[in-house]
Amino acid sequence: MVEFLQQLINGLSLGAIYALIALGYTMVYGVLRFINFAHGDVYMVGAFAGFYLAPWVGRFFPVAEGGGFSWSTTAGAITILLLSMAICAVLGVLIELLVYRPLRSRPRLTVLITAIGVSIFLENFGQFLFGAEPKYFPEILPDRAIEGVGELTITVNQVILLVATGVLLVALRFIVMKTRIGTAMRALSFNPTAASLMGINTSVVISFTFALGSALAAAAGILNAINYPSIDPLMGILPGIKAFVAAVLGGIGNIPGAALGGLILGVLETMVVGYISPMYRDAIAFAVLIIILIIKPSGLLGKAEREKV
Amino acid sequence: MRTHPKSWLLAIIVVSFLISLFEDKINPYHYDILITIGINIILGVGLNLVNGYTGQFSLGHAGFMAVGAYASAAFTVYVASGLGGAEGGVLEESLFITALLAGGFAAAFAGLLIGVPSLRLKGDYLAIATLGFGEIIRVVIQNMEAVGGARGFSLPITPTNFFWTYMVAAITVYVVVLLVNSTYGRGFLTVRDDEIAAEAMGINTTKYKVIAFVIAAFFAGIAGGLYAHFKQFIHPEGFNFLRSVDIVVIVILGGMGNTPGVIVAAILLTILPEGLRELAKVQALPEWLREIIRNRMILYSLLLITLMLTRPQGLFGGGGSRFKRKVKEGTA
Repeated sequence: MVEFLQQLINGLSLGAIYALIALGYTMVYGVLRFINFAHGDVYMVGAFAGFYLAPWVGRFFPVAEGGGFSWSTTAGAITILLLSMAICAVLGVLIELLVYRPLRSRPRLTVLITAIGVSIFLENFGQFLFGAEPKYFPEILPDRAIEGVGELTITVNQVILLVATGVLLVALRFIVMKTRIGTAMRALSFNPTAASLMGINTSVVISFTFALGSALAAAAGILNAINYPSIDPLMGILPGIKAFVAAVLGGIGNIPGAALGGLILGVLETMVVGYISPMYRDAIAFAVLIIILIIKPSGLLGKAEREKV
Repeated sequence: MRTHPKSWLLAIIVVSFLISLFEDKINPYHYDILITIGINIILGVGLNLVNGYTGQFSLGHAGFMAVGAYASAAFTVYVASGLGGAEGGVLEESLFITALLAGGFAAAFAGLLIGVPSLRLKGDYLAIATLGFGEIIRVVIQNMEAVGGARGFSLPITPTNFFWTYMVAAITVYVVVLLVNSTYGRGFLTVRDDEIAAEAMGINTTKYKVIAFVIAAFFAGIAGGLYAHFKQFIHPEGFNFLRSVDIVVIVILGGMGNTPGVIVAAILLTILPEGLRELAKVQALPEWLREIIRNRMILYSLLLITLMLTRPQGLFGGGGSRFKRKVKEGTA
């Protein structure tokens, strides 16, 4: 039982990362109906942004000695998180502006190939810029185990990861459901033509969607790095693909679905690693994808769409 | 004057046989490039049947190449050696052909298994599903101890030579060209041009997609067999997602659904990294530029993006569907 709970907690923290990345896929799919293949690499850029920002931010908000709680450490970590979210938001908007926008009326296949191109570019330009060897993410929040939970091993940063993901999900829910731009996003994903006839500036909404999705990916990058500090330019490929699977699992285009899919996939993957074999760790996501696409392509929470002639 | 394709096929086979008589006089480095070009032509032309002519975007071609490479290598190591056909570093020709065919059929079977469920999907979903299958194949091979698992698999012999590679390449081109130009093969083009209209005309689109997929997988398997018997050592990582992207780039650069273009692209993209490697040695260039040149994937990705923005039909593609082109020319 203890082992099961332990796997569940580890799975949820992995799933939280997938959920944050999956939201970007699902939102972009909602407004543009295409898979932004480069999204996983934005997550990588987020982690690297944190890596380079940390020493600079550390000068203003030094990390407390000894690893206990301190306001300075917390403020520093939040600053790093917000700054790298901002950097990735700009990156996301730039990618959309330079590459995807000129292709908006082209066949979806053309856009897909371009997105693969952008993804390969970010990975390899990252190798050129940051170096190919893995880097050690600085301890912006010193990690330690929480005591008094019996035989379970729960670390402070795991809790921070889960809480931060929850906060970001609630914030996103608020933006999408309660603000004007969120309403515009929903209108656009419902019917782009009608939305633009109603006076919605489609381009602004699309840029905003990319900014929002990329910022969440950056947050995932930082939150993952405080738990698993090894980062490298190719770290985005697999989480990117798995997060996409999570988005499909939850029903692509559906925001709560992406979060749910991410958590399910994270738990499932950890369980397979824990109880079956760690060798199949990377195959499980694809197996889930193929099963869901064959049985229920619209995903757990998605609505089936009929193709119109 | 139109020459019958069969005479082209014969001519290429004869020429490649004649060249192979002098192959020990070719510089080993150039020889390596020549064989790689041949293998890439087989892979590109085969995948073009799926991605180009049938309009289904497959992103897992390296997976089929892996199945073919491992199946044929396992045949050589376990079966051919057992029959005593691989004595003294030479593999009997009949056994080599059998090994290649074993690779081809294993890959075709994998193609059938994967194609039937995944070809119900369209566009982006199909791309991701094939990518997923490609990765699953790689993970499964990594866990198969009989073929070396994650350590890789070595072969004692290298029977692949110029003649075999180019003969297979010629046959691949021959089969694909004749197929898409036949009455039967028009079905592939209709699936690409307008799937709904094709279905309305009574074409079993799923069947055509699966057939294209299986044929492409078969040739990828044979290419994998040639590769394994040439390199002497295969490793699961050599058939990863990026290898699939390499093949897709060949098809896209050549122009989807344009076999001569794909052949030219296969040649260009095999020579390009070698040329870039030479260019990266030029001392006069600044260090950062040489660093970028050394990483061919940066240039590949930029090439892919630029091509999609400016010429989505590929460098040599005529563009558009056959029917639409005819409408434009006023012949339909």
